[in-house]
Amino acid sequence: MSDSKELQAMLSAYDAEVEKSLAKYPERKKQFTTGSNAPIKRLYTPVDIENLDYARDLGVPGSYPFTRGVQNTMYRGKFWTMRQYAGFSTAEESNKRYKYLLEQGTTGLSVAFDLPTQIGYDSDHPLSQGEVGKVGVAIDSLADMEVLFDGIPLDKVSTSMTINAPASVLLAMYIAVAEKQGVSPDKLNGTIQNDILKEYVARGTYIFPPEPSMRLITNIFEYCSKHVPNWNTISISGYHIREAGATAAQEVAFTLADGIAYVDAAIKAGLDVDEFAPRLSFFFNAHNDLFEEVAKFRAARRLWAKIMKERFKAKNPKSWMLRFHTQTGGSTLTAQQPDNNIVRVAIQALAAVLGGTQSLHTNSRDEALALPTEESVRIALRTQQIIAYESGVTETIDPLAGSYYVESLTNRIEDEAAAYIQKIDDLGGAVKAIEQGYIQQEIQDSAYAYQMDVESKNRVVVGMNMFQIEEAPPKGLLKVDPSVGERQTARLKELKSKRNNDSVTASLAALEKAAKGTDNLMPFILDAVKSYATLGEICDTLRSVFGEYQQKVIL
Amino acid sequence: MARKIKVLVAKPGLDGHDRGAKVIARALRDAGMEVIYTGLRQTPEQIVQTALQEDVDVVAMSILSGAHNHLFPRVMELMRQNKLDDVLVIGGGVIPEDDIPGLKAAGIAAIFTPGTPTSTTIEFIKANLKRSLE
Repeated sequence: MSDSKELQAMLSAYDAEVEKSLAKYPERKKQFTTGSNAPIKRLYTPVDIENLDYARDLGVPGSYPFTRGVQNTMYRGKFWTMRQYAGFSTAEESNKRYKYLLEQGTTGLSVAFDLPTQIGYDSDHPLSQGEVGKVGVAIDSLADMEVLFDGIPLDKVSTSMTINAPASVLLAMYIAVAEKQGVSPDKLNGTIQNDILKEYVARGTYIFPPEPSMRLITNIFEYCSKHVPNWNTISISGYHIREAGATAAQEVAFTLADGIAYVDAAIKAGLDVDEFAPRLSFFFNAHNDLFEEVAKFRAARRLWAKIMKERFKAKNPKSWMLRFHTQTGGSTLTAQQPDNNIVRVAIQALAAVLGGTQSLHTNSRDEALALPTEESVRIALRTQQIIAYESGVTETIDPLAGSYYVESLTNRIEDEAAAYIQKIDDLGGAVKAIEQGYIQQEIQDSAYAYQMDVESKNRVVVGMNMFQIEEAPPKGLLKVDPSVGERQTARLKELKSKRNNDSVTASLAALEKAAKGTDNLMPFILDAVKSYATLGEICDTLRSVFGEYQQKVIL
Repeated sequence: MARKIKVLVAKPGLDGHDRGAKVIARALRDAGMEVIYTGLRQTPEQIVQTALQEDVDVVAMSILSGAHNHLFPRVMELMRQNKLDDVLVIGGGVIPEDDIPGLKAAGIAAIFTPGTPTSTTIEFIKANLKRSLE
């Protein structure tokens, strides 16, 4: 092609010119790299994507391989769901915050639970001391859940719940509250995180060992496919893997490897792939390197589509679609000059939108210091609204497609992630790779390399290792009332004296028996929840059968 | 020759944010210290027990759950009960400035908040050891 010859000549001439000017004016750095330490060339041209086949590699939005997006009109149809993760203190306090967020224009709820709830301990457990209501809302029983959603019509909102090891219990509580509101399970929309594998490697709120945990997860897949058909039964999460230090490509690789493990487990449990795969959803991070992050989302969509179609032979196009939620990167925020975080969050949120996210949480400026105040949360939400209503980036689909740089990054991330997945396959899959500590080690190596780069100022973090100022300690941070623990404990005591304890005992005994067998545990958990058995009682029953996970400590 | 400084890196509380703890553990090791890291969800009792058994010079705790006002003083109380007064105890994590004076009064020698270079922590440990390395 003469075009190509001309181009080659043009590029050679350019290179020669650059060599000359470099002698006089060297570039700012010897090596330019992305936020994830991948090399960046001076210039990207058609040469960098000469193997790209438009129809095969990009296609059109809403069709395989979904590189350009999962819906055919994307944000021209409707914007992403603006969903702010929130919850603290008691169910009453959190209920107030949800109502505030709904009034301010959020379009979905996202429930943060406190750590005892996430690890299946009641508020009066010794290990809960000091933790009740701190990083989220304390839920001990259905009674608390009724208060949490009081006055919020569950057939009108979609609710995401960040709950993993005890996901089945919290989902059962949600179903029970809905029934009391007169809303049947098939009308419910929302998501449970329910992703235990990333808890073992990055987030830490595990309870049971991998095998029974995978059973609980596939039980949920099966139950929801019959009774709660619009529920996203899992949110396979790269977010925390990235926060723990992974690179962009590792985030994609380890998340999709976990996804493969869940699909394998469900198929092994006898489910048909097209029955549950359309309800799988994903959760990614958005860090500061705008183009690399956009490319990451596009690469993840394309790679997952290939995995589902080619590896698992799924037939339903909905099974091929990687739908995802994004949260901006908590670990990128600085405690120094916290208002600067508003700008970081805006760039990250833009990356998520340019990458075609289905829902988005924007972090608040004060999150490196404490839980966010109402004002900080409002700014974070307004950031999304400005991108949606003012920036114009939403008016055409996947606007960065065709960029030599972005397409080349998309290819690179996909290739790198596919190579990791191959390596994990060779180790026997994600569960085995985690048991051997492989994934943890890879993440930690990246985290340490990043920290050393920051300390050597190889990587500049504005306000932290450059452009510092003397600052007064920040004022007006949110404080959780330390008496929450006592109030929850008193409430538990009252609950236990009022409920029908015979039916609690009976429902827990039935659950224990089922756990020892092979039945789907969801109906038993739902019965226990409705009898007002507490979260701790239900999880203790399961602990007595399943045992507890022992962390593999790796340095 | 002086022996190596022995450090217990510990995560009290229920949160799973161990990136900081692991990075600091590795940085201390690279700085020539002997480091023990015991993993997530350590109770104050377990932390002090390990400090005692391993005969460490330093306990470095990391917490990001907000339970520091409860757990750090509890560790100090148990340290005193076990006569570990010559062990340097430091802490780090998402800890509001307002809480730091109270934690120092409880006996935590220093609190390192987000953005602290590992070199700062390393220097602090070397300068403030309570035990002799002879």
